[in-house]
Amino acid sequence: MLAATLVCTSIALIFFWVPEDADQGFSQKIFYFHVPIAITAYACFGWGALKAFVHLWKRSPEADVQSYVAIHLGVIFGALTLITGSIWARASWGVWWTWSSQQLVLFLVLFLFYSAYFMLRFSVDPGPARANVSAVYALFGVVLIPISFLAIRLANDFIHPVVFTSAGPQMAGSMFFTFCVALAAMLALASALYRLELAGKRLDATLKRLREALE
Amino acid sequence: MRYFRDVATLARKDLLLELRARDTVPAMLLFVVAALVVFHFALPADSSDLAAYGLLWVALVFTALLGLVRSFSAERDQGLLDGLVLAPCDRSAIWLAKALAMLAFLVLAEIVALPAFAIFFTGIGWKTVAGVALANLGICAVGTLLAAMAAASRARELLLPLLFLPLAIPIVVGGVGAGVVEDGGRYLGLLAVYDAIFAIICWASFEYVVTE
Repeated sequence: MLAATLVCTSIALIFFWVPEDADQGFSQKIFYFHVPIAITAYACFGWGALKAFVHLWKRSPEADVQSYVAIHLGVIFGALTLITGSIWARASWGVWWTWSSQQLVLFLVLFLFYSAYFMLRFSVDPGPARANVSAVYALFGVVLIPISFLAIRLANDFIHPVVFTSAGPQMAGSMFFTFCVALAAMLALASALYRLELAGKRLDATLKRLREALE
Repeated sequence: MRYFRDVATLARKDLLLELRARDTVPAMLLFVVAALVVFHFALPADSSDLAAYGLLWVALVFTALLGLVRSFSAERDQGLLDGLVLAPCDRSAIWLAKALAMLAFLVLAEIVALPAFAIFFTGIGWKTVAGVALANLGICAVGTLLAAMAAASRARELLLPLLFLPLAIPIVVGGVGAGVVEDGGRYLGLLAVYDAIFAIICWASFEYVVTE
């Protein structure tokens, strides 16, 4: 409910309230989708790794499912980041893909990494062994994020010998406010989806238990 | 002290198995030379030496992958891993021994691959050699753990490259950067950081991969 309200508000703000960017015009509005989605994806991956750690520590099957659901959502939001980033790149730089955008490359690496997570998870039989293996791999992910970021930043030296200087968060107050609302909306949406999928998984587990009890 | 004796015993077992059966190292040697020959024909005549450096790293990563895919096959086929897990030694010793044996195989392959590269393409400097040495540590540490994971799954050989390649991207960046950039120290630093962090994680988490 909260998620729906926030998403509607942020869409209204983005399209009707916030002033257009002087430089990029209308296409800049995708910024309010792209960046919050990316941050949400990071949050999902982080949450998934945290739950994986809890699983390894306490050995609770519940944490394993939570970790899986969080990473599942993270991959969905990560794919959306790649798509919105690609559209934005097309609109403002004229190309669908650019290797000089570090965030975009990092998301591609992470997307590959977490897709392999699903391959791994679905090719091991359900049980504590699968939960352990998935949890260890999920923990690898949060370590990979900073190292890959560092590596991609260094790689730009020899792939693109252009020095990028980021100007920091320089935007007008109304833009920043819209950005915050959009970020809150995406986080709320992710947490709503998280709870929805988790409820579904729990229902599945209960159903399975009941069916076994009946037999 | 006991821990290192366990590691040495387990590593000796792997090396002895390889010495008797000879089914991994010769394959890796042939593969890396064949890959370099293929790369010669894949590169257009006027392409720079820098492109060849990049392909050297592709060859090394895939050669390592070839060895890693086989690394737990004996354990899996004979059901040996359960016995090892039950043995009265620290589980991480199994990982360390396997990674050391893998390192030995990889170094053997590179002793052939690097001179072959120098003859076929272009000379290599000490920074490339240092990069290869540091990258070996990371490849063996991470690869051995992932190979143990893949051995537990149904897909096995299919799964390992999918798990390993995204994690190998920083290694390739560090290795190529150390070779081609004028001031390559930072790239060697990246490789060292990668090795240290992932070695610790693999060492700490191997137990969870082989036990339930």
